[in-house]
Amino acid sequence: MFNKASKGSLFPYTIWIAFFVIAPIALIVYYSMLDLNGNFTFNNYKAFFTPVYLKMTLTSFWYAFLITLFTLIIAYPTAFLLTKTKHKHLWLMLIIIPSWINLLLKTYAFIGIFGLYGPVNAFIEVFGLESKQILFTDFSFIFVSVYIFIPFMIIPIFNSLDKLNPTLVYAARDLGASSFTTFRRVIFPLTIDGVKSGIQVTFIPALSLFMITRLIAGNKVITLGTAIEQQFLVSQNWGMGSTIAVFLIIIMVVIMLLTGQKKGGRA
Amino acid sequence: MKKLSTASKLYLVLVFVVLYAPIFYLIFYSFNSGGNMNHFESFTLEHYQAVFADSRLIIILINTVIVALLSGFLATLIGTFGAIGIVSIRNKKMRNTLLSLNNVLIVSPDVVIGASFLILFTLIGIKLGFTSVLISHVAFSIPIVVLMVLPKLLAMNTTLIDAALDLGATKRQVLTRVILPYIQPGIFAGFFLAMTYSLDDFAVTFFVTGNGFSTLSVEIYSMARAGISLTVNAISGLVFLVTILVVIGYYFVTNRSKHVSKEVQR
Repeated sequence: MFNKASKGSLFPYTIWIAFFVIAPIALIVYYSMLDLNGNFTFNNYKAFFTPVYLKMTLTSFWYAFLITLFTLIIAYPTAFLLTKTKHKHLWLMLIIIPSWINLLLKTYAFIGIFGLYGPVNAFIEVFGLESKQILFTDFSFIFVSVYIFIPFMIIPIFNSLDKLNPTLVYAARDLGASSFTTFRRVIFPLTIDGVKSGIQVTFIPALSLFMITRLIAGNKVITLGTAIEQQFLVSQNWGMGSTIAVFLIIIMVVIMLLTGQKKGGRA
Repeated sequence: MKKLSTASKLYLVLVFVVLYAPIFYLIFYSFNSGGNMNHFESFTLEHYQAVFADSRLIIILINTVIVALLSGFLATLIGTFGAIGIVSIRNKKMRNTLLSLNNVLIVSPDVVIGASFLILFTLIGIKLGFTSVLISHVAFSIPIVVLMVLPKLLAMNTTLIDAALDLGATKRQVLTRVILPYIQPGIFAGFFLAMTYSLDDFAVTFFVTGNGFSTLSVEIYSMARAGISLTVNAISGLVFLVTILVVIGYYFVTNRSKHVSKEVQR
């Protein structure tokens, strides 16, 4: 196709792959088998399979699952209705803009909104209820995460709905399917790829985001990401941190395989 | 197409309100003379003045922009030539392997990228600071540039290259006069995305930045951990303004390049 000489242009790119794709993964695996003094050991793996870490992994999973579920429940109808609007691409643009505002700024906003004297508590007081601390609870953590991930879930679903041929829907309706049956048997199966990419871009970060847990959930909610950050930057135990990272990578690969698509249909 | 029902419209409005409320909440209180985000006292610009008077903050802002521009440029350079190289590979297996390796950093969690780069830099002996942050930003931006450029290259008709070669163009001329102009929209999109990745990144930078160097995201994090400071609100106001300007700019640029490519095709 292209001439052979252009293979020389691959040189910096392959260097990048060697140093920043393959080497880092190898280093993580290597460090996971080192103890604090740099001796070879499997103790980190043994430690990971103790109740403390297993429980943390399970709760992290549970939170990520809830976050993904709520995000999907809100995002799918939004994407669906967006495709029905007149200037759909303009509206989609307006959905995307908030995702470009720095994530930390949005998280910071919720420190104020959920604060003891913040607007949400002021609203609760109007109904004669006592104001209470919403920050540093599971609820605030899940709410903020869902808020952050909604645009990322909407985009792939919107794209797959947009590609859907409307005549298929008309055909289903003509053949007597109710709107619910049409959705369940035609629309949803044909847009499952978009849903899968949406789950990918939500679930994996939900396992690993540590700034939201730090800022919003205090130290109450610990996710895999928070644990890695803690081991690397606070406890300085790179071995244990790497071990958790190895498991995070394994989980990631499993999710990629589960939600993988035959054709590389990235939005 | 049917018109949307009132309930549907209400739902969409609600989603938009929830998406934008926190952002406008931040900006609203950035003009508050009281020191909190609960009670609006009176209008003031003092928090904006505080941002511009804080030379440390300004330096961090400049650092962030420099890292974004520089890493965007370098990633675009390496990524574009990488994509051209990938297309030139005939062996299908090797090509697919490279493409899968390309996507590893896109799907990897930030924490894992940050942690592994920290190990890498410590082992190689690169001092944590500007260099390590710049290198990491280049590293995680390259794959996105490749993904933006690749479709343009694949859509390109190879007879164009054959024609240029038949007409006596050198390989260099083929590259600069035929290939690069053709894939230009992909290159621009790649550069633009690489920059937004860099500006947005917190987790990777947080791991590989040393004590002396900081970017805006990392600085906001440490300020937010210390509690509420309306300087952060003023920063949000500025960030939002810049984002809107960039969106409008990008909209016009892509619209123009669409027109141009349509005319070329005619």
